[in-house]
Amino acid sequence: MSRGNLIALIIATLALIALPRVITHDFYINMASQCLIFAILALSLNLMLGFGGMVSLGHAAYIGIAGYTCILMTVAGYHPLLAALAGLILSTACAGLFGMLSLRAPGLGFLMITLALGQIVWGIAYRANTLTGGDNGISLPARPMPFGVDIRSAEHFYYFTLIVFAVALFGMWRFQRSPFGASLMGTRDQPRRMRMLGHNVWMVQWLTFVIAGFWGSVGGLMYVYYNVFLSPHALTLQQSAEILLMAILGGATTLTGPIVGATIITLVKNVVSSYVERWNSLLGAIFILVIIFMPYGLVPGCRVLWRKIKSRGKPPASAAEPAE
Amino acid sequence: MQFWIIQTLNSVAFGGLLFLLSSGFSLIFGLMRIPNLAHGGFFMLGAYFGYSLLALQFNFWIAAIGAGLGVGLVGIILERFILRQLPGNTQGQVLVTLGLSFIIADLCLLIWTGDPMPLPAPQELRPPLRYFGLAFPTYRLVVLGLALAAAVGLYFLMERTRVGAMIRAGVDDPEMARGVGIPVGRLFTMVFLLGAALAGMGGVLGGPILNAYPGLDADMLPLALIVVILGGAGSLLGAFVGSFIVGFLYNFGIALAPDLAYFVLFLPMVLVLVFLPQGLFGRVQL
Repeated sequence: MSRGNLIALIIATLALIALPRVITHDFYINMASQCLIFAILALSLNLMLGFGGMVSLGHAAYIGIAGYTCILMTVAGYHPLLAALAGLILSTACAGLFGMLSLRAPGLGFLMITLALGQIVWGIAYRANTLTGGDNGISLPARPMPFGVDIRSAEHFYYFTLIVFAVALFGMWRFQRSPFGASLMGTRDQPRRMRMLGHNVWMVQWLTFVIAGFWGSVGGLMYVYYNVFLSPHALTLQQSAEILLMAILGGATTLTGPIVGATIITLVKNVVSSYVERWNSLLGAIFILVIIFMPYGLVPGCRVLWRKIKSRGKPPASAAEPAE
Repeated sequence: MQFWIIQTLNSVAFGGLLFLLSSGFSLIFGLMRIPNLAHGGFFMLGAYFGYSLLALQFNFWIAAIGAGLGVGLVGIILERFILRQLPGNTQGQVLVTLGLSFIIADLCLLIWTGDPMPLPAPQELRPPLRYFGLAFPTYRLVVLGLALAAAVGLYFLMERTRVGAMIRAGVDDPEMARGVGIPVGRLFTMVFLLGAALAGMGGVLGGPILNAYPGLDADMLPLALIVVILGGAGSLLGAFVGSFIVGFLYNFGIALAPDLAYFVLFLPMVLVLVFLPQGLFGRVQL
C-alpha cells in the first residue's frame, strides 16, 4: 500500500467514524448504514465478478437464506448469536452447493444457472407461506445485543455496521492480495495456462464462490438486522441485479469501486424514490447507460482521467489503462 | 379421475406456452450467445398488448397476432439499437437485456396498473368438451394444438428451408458462416424478431390461463431458463422436451405441494447439470 493510499484510508476511516457526529439526523445515519451494508454485499459479489470474472445474478439468495434462518431460529427461541451463526453456516453451505452447480457451465451458462438458483430461492420464500410468511414476510423480534451492547438506536447500529464493514473489507482486501487472489485473477485471464501451471482452476473458482457467498451472507444478516424484517422482495432478481450494478458502476476490477457504486445507488434510490415511483425504470436505464458508456466503471474511469490531467503537457502515456 | 385429467391437460397446455417462450429464447441464445433476459418481459408485454387489443373489441386470434408483431417490433428495436452497440461484449449484452426487462416491467405497471388483467378465452372455446362422461377444457387443448403447430412449423423452418440451414450454420460456427457469405447480422435480427414474436403470442395465448399481472415476467423467465438448462441451448427438440417436463413438474408441484413447487423444479435441473451439463439435446455449450 502506497503512502498516498494509506493517508486516504486514514482520512476515510476518520470521516466514517465522525459521520454520525456531523449528520445528527437519524434518517441520514440510517442511510449511511444502508450504504455500508450494500457495500458489503457489492464487495462480496465483486470477489466473483471483478477478480474471478464470474457474473452472478443470484446473490440476493444469500440475504434470503442467512436472513430467514436467523429470523426463524430467533423466533424459535434460540440465542441470537447461535441464530446468526446458523444462518451464516447454512447460507455458506448453500453457496458451496450452488457453486458446484453453477460452475458446471462456464461463462453465460454460469450466469443463467445463478439466476435460476436465485429465483428458486425466491420462489421457495414466496410460496412457503407456513414457514416464511410468504409475501407478507416475517419480522425479527428485535436487533440482537452483541456482547451486551445495545445497537437499537440509529447511531449505535451505524457503528456496529461500520465494524462489520471494516472486518469484511479487511478480509476481502487480504483475500485479493493473497497468493490465492492472484491465482484467481490468473484463472480469470488465462484459465488454460493456469491449468498447465498445475492450478486446480475449478477449485479456485469454487472456493471464491463459497467465500463470496459467506461475505454475501454477512451482508444479508446485516440487511436483516437493519430492517428487522425480511420478505421475498429482498430476494428478487431486481435485488441481485442492483447489487451487480453497484459493483459494475463503481468499477469491478477494484476494491473501492463496489463501495462507491453501492453508495451512489443507495443514495440515488433513497432520494429518487421519495420523489418518483419509477425506481425500476431508472435502475434499468442506469444499467443500460453504464454498460454502453462506462463498461469499466467509475473508479477506473476517474483514474484514467486523473492520470490524463496529471500528465498534461507531458508526452501522452503509451499504453491504455492496464487492467488491475 | 377428473382431477388427473384436468391437471394433465393444464400441464401440457402450460408446457405448450413454455415452448412458445423458450424456443425463441433458445434460438436467440444458440445463434447470438445472448441469454435474452428480457424474454420474460416480452411474454408479459404480449399478454398486456393482447389485453388492450381485446379491450378494443378485436378478435382473440387477431389480438394474438397483433401482440406478437408488436412485441417482435420491440425485439427488433432492442437488437438493432442496443445490442448492436456492444459487439462481442456478450456479458454487457446480457446485462442490457436485464436492464430493459426492468424498464418493461415498470412501464407495464405504469400503463396497466398493478391489478391482474383477465384475458377472456374466445367465446366458442369456453364450453368444455365432454367425452365418456368426463369434461376436457377446450381452450387448453387448443393451446396445446397451437404449440404443436408452432413446433412443427419451426422444425420445418429450421431443418427444411434454406434460411433454416443458414441459421443452423450460424449457430454451429458464426465466423465460418460469415466467411461463406451468410448474412449472419440480418439473421440475428430475424431470429430476434421471431423469438420475441413467439414470446408475445405466447403471452396472449397464456392470458386466459395465467392472466396478465405484474410479476408475470419474473415468474416465466426462470421457467424458460430451466427449460433451456434441461433441454440444452440452441436445440428446438430440447426446448420442446424441456418445456413439457417443466410444465408437468410445475403444474403438479403447484397442485400437490404448493409450498414446494419451485423446489420440485430444482431437482431435475441439478440432475441434468451434474450428469449432462450440455442439457438433454444441447447443440452448444451453455
